[in-house]
Amino acid sequence: MNDIFNVYMIGVGGQGIGLLSEILIRAADYAGLKAKGVDTHGLAQRGGTVESHLRIGNQVHASLIRKGTADLVISLEKTEALRGMNNFAKNNSSLIFYDTSWQTLFVRLGQDKETTHKQIEEEAKRRNIKLYKIFDKDLEEARMQNIVILKNISENELIPGIKKEHYLKAMEDLMGGKKLDKNVEIFQK
Amino acid sequence: MKSMGEMLLKNEDFSEIVIGNTAIVRGMVEAGTRVVSAYPGSPTPEIATAINSIKHEDRPFYFEFSTNEKVALELAFGASVNGHLSTVFFKSVGLNVAADSFVQLSLLELIGGMVVVIGDDPGANSSQNEQDNRHYAKMTYMPVLEPSNAQEVYEMYMDAVEISQEMRMPVILRLTTHTCHAKEKVDFHKFEEKEFDKTPKFNPKNGPYIPITEKVYPMKRNALKKLNEVKPKLSKLNKLYDNGNKEKGIITMGVPYLSVIDVLEEAHYKPDILKLAAVHPLDEEQIVDFLKTHDHVKIIEELDDVIEKEVKVIAYENDIKVKITGKKDLEEWIGEYTPEKVYEVLSNEWEDILPKIELEENTPDVSIRPAQLCPGCGHRSAFYAIKKALDKEDITVADIGCHTLGFLPPYEMGQVLLSMGHSMGTASGLSLFNEDRKVVAFLGDSTLFHAGLPGIVNALFNNHNVTLVIMENGTTAMTGHQNHPGTGHNFNEVTDKIPIKRMLEGFGVENVREVDAYSQTKLYQMVKESTKEKGFSVIIAKHPCMLKFTREQRRKGTYKDHKVYIDQEVCDHAYVCVEDFACPTFQKDENGNIHVHPDLCIGDGSCIQTCPVTAIKHEKM
Repeated sequence: MNDIFNVYMIGVGGQGIGLLSEILIRAADYAGLKAKGVDTHGLAQRGGTVESHLRIGNQVHASLIRKGTADLVISLEKTEALRGMNNFAKNNSSLIFYDTSWQTLFVRLGQDKETTHKQIEEEAKRRNIKLYKIFDKDLEEARMQNIVILKNISENELIPGIKKEHYLKAMEDLMGGKKLDKNVEIFQK
Repeated sequence: MKSMGEMLLKNEDFSEIVIGNTAIVRGMVEAGTRVVSAYPGSPTPEIATAINSIKHEDRPFYFEFSTNEKVALELAFGASVNGHLSTVFFKSVGLNVAADSFVQLSLLELIGGMVVVIGDDPGANSSQNEQDNRHYAKMTYMPVLEPSNAQEVYEMYMDAVEISQEMRMPVILRLTTHTCHAKEKVDFHKFEEKEFDKTPKFNPKNGPYIPITEKVYPMKRNALKKLNEVKPKLSKLNKLYDNGNKEKGIITMGVPYLSVIDVLEEAHYKPDILKLAAVHPLDEEQIVDFLKTHDHVKIIEELDDVIEKEVKVIAYENDIKVKITGKKDLEEWIGEYTPEKVYEVLSNEWEDILPKIELEENTPDVSIRPAQLCPGCGHRSAFYAIKKALDKEDITVADIGCHTLGFLPPYEMGQVLLSMGHSMGTASGLSLFNEDRKVVAFLGDSTLFHAGLPGIVNALFNNHNVTLVIMENGTTAMTGHQNHPGTGHNFNEVTDKIPIKRMLEGFGVENVREVDAYSQTKLYQMVKESTKEKGFSVIIAKHPCMLKFTREQRRKGTYKDHKVYIDQEVCDHAYVCVEDFACPTFQKDENGNIHVHPDLCIGDGSCIQTCPVTAIKHEKM
C-alpha cells in the first residue's frame, strides 16, 4: 500500500470541485503517475455535500477511497473540512481547506451548531494531521477559490511527485482564453 | 484547451483521461452507430454532454433526447429494424418507463443491431430505489455486459455491438454510477471508418414483427435459442485470474470486481477470481470448471443475489460438491460494493483473509448538508407562498425534479413520491372520500411531457378534485439543463415550443392560472381560489431556472454582480428569511444577526417581499 497516495476532495455543490479534481488527475498524469478518480454527480450538486476521490499509484484498482485512508484531504469549505477529515483522513495525514463558511440548512434553521475553527484545530492536533487553512482576502471571484487551493497544494508540494508545471499543463488542457489567463494568474500569484 | 469533440473523432491510437460516459461515445463513433436516443437521467446524462461536444455537422450519428425513455427506446428499435445500428441510454428506473416495449425486443429480428445502455444506481445516489436491472434481462432473454471501468465501457460497447449485429438481438450494456463517472486514462484505437448505407431496409419478411397469437411461440422459441447460442460469445469475454488457490475462489463483476482486487492487495492470501464481463446468460461450462477446481466459491455481487442463485443451480444440476456462498445478511443486499463494503463482505466470509481494522468514529459530529434549491430558485418562492395558502392538514404530492427538494424543511411541500409523473394519479387517489383535506400535486415541466400527461387527462376524464401546480423552470434542471418539448429547442435545432397553458386548455381544463413564481401574493391567491373550486384545476408557477440563467449570463459576459443586503438598523430578528424562506444565502452569526453570503447571493430579490419589516434591500448599483 505504501506507493499509493489517496486524495479526498470535499466541498459544497457549486464550489467548483469538478474542475479542481480534473486538474489534479491530469496533473498526476503529466507527472507520469498512474491515477484514477471519481466525482459525485447528480442531485448533490445542488448545494449539498459533494466529494471527489483521486487515487495515485500503480497498485490502484478502485476509484473510491476507503474511509480513514486519505493521505490528503482537500476541502473548499470549513464545515466540509471537518466532515472530510472525520470520515476520510488517515492519522498523520494533511488537511487543506479554504476558510469560507456556507452554513448548512440545519445550522440556518437553528437545529445544529456551526463547525468552529477550534473544533477543526483540536481534532487535527489530536490526530496529528497537518493543517493548512487558506484564505485569500483579495480574491474577487468566489468561484476561483478552488484555484487558490490548487496554488497552495502546489507550493506546499502536498501531492508527492506533482510539480507546478504539471498543474499548469493540466489547466491548459481544461481551459482556454481569458478564463485560463485569469486562473493562471491566481495560481501564480 | 483540449477539445473533447475532436478527441472523440480522432482516427489514431491515443490515450486520454475520460469518464465512462465519455468513453462510450468514442465506442459509438468507432462502431459506426447511426442512431442514438435517450431521456436525461443520472448517472448517464454526461453521455449526451460528450455527444454535444462533437459539432452537429461532424457528428457521425443522429442523436435526440426523446420525450421519455419508452419513446427513446422505440426510436432506437425503429432505426434498428430499418437496418441502422442504434443505441438508447437512460437511468435505471428509466427502464420501468420503457419496459412495455423493452420486453418485446428479444422476440424481434433487430437487423441493424441495438444496444440498450442502462445506468444502474447502486447506492441510490440519484434514484428513488436501487433496482437491479439484471432481473429485467432474465425476464426478457437479453444478454448483459457489465464493464468495471472506463476502458471496459469503451471496449464492451463495441463487443455489445458485434454480438447484437451478428445475432440480430438486443444487448444490454449495464453501467453503474461509478462506471459512468469513474475517470482514468483510456487507450483508444485507430478504426476503420464504416461506409454508411442509407437504404431503409425494413421488410416484414425479416420478422415476423407482429407478435400476435400463434406468432408468439415461434418468436419466443427463437429468442430462447439465441440466448443459448450467444453463450460462448459472451463467456470468452470473462476472465480467470489464477492466483494458484485450489481451495478458495471468487466470482465477481463490474465495480465490485475492482473493489475486490483493490482490497486483496492487502490480503494474507488471494483466492482465484472469475471476473464476469457477461452477467447474463452464464455459460454453464465455464462456471462448472471454476466450481470443480475449488472447495469454496464466494459470489461477490452488489444489489441482488442474481449470480449466486444461478451458480448454485448450476452446481446442483451438475452434482458438484463445492461450498458456494453469497449474501450473508440483508446489509449485503444494500448499497454499492465500494472497497470499504467489500472489505467487510470478505472479512465476514473469511475471517483470516484481511488484517483487522478498527475504524475509530471521529468526532465531533458535523451538521449534515442535504442538497438545496439554489439561490433565486423559483421553486423556493412558489413553495413559500403555497405553504402559506394551505392548511396544515392538507396533502401535497411531490414528483421527480429539482422541486422534489421541497420536501425538506422548512417547506415540507411534497409529502409522497413514487416515480416520474406519478403525482396526478396519486393525488387523485388521495382525493377520494376526502372532503376535509385539500390535495395539491406538483409536477415539473419536463416531467409533464415525460409521463405527466396521462395522469392529467385522467383527472379530467374522471373529474378528480385536485389542484396541480406545474413548476415550470423552462428546462430539465436536475440532470443538467437539457431541453424539453416546452423549451423551443431540441438537441439539434430550434423547434416549435409546446405551450403548456394552451395545451391544457385544449384538453379542456377550465381553470389554468399562470403566474411568475416570484409573485408570491398572486400565487397565494391563486392557490386559495383553485383549491376552493370543485374538480381539477391547474396553476402554472413559472420562473426560469436561475442556475441556468446566471450561467448563461456569465458565459456571455452580461452577468451583473448585484446582491441584496440586510439593513441591520431595520432588522428585528424575525428570521423569516433564514427560517421560513430559507434561501441558503442567509447566514446567522453568533450574535443572532443575519448576513447575506457574498458567494451565494445572485441579487434576484425574490426574498425582499418575505421580510415583515423590509430589512432586505438591494445593494445600490
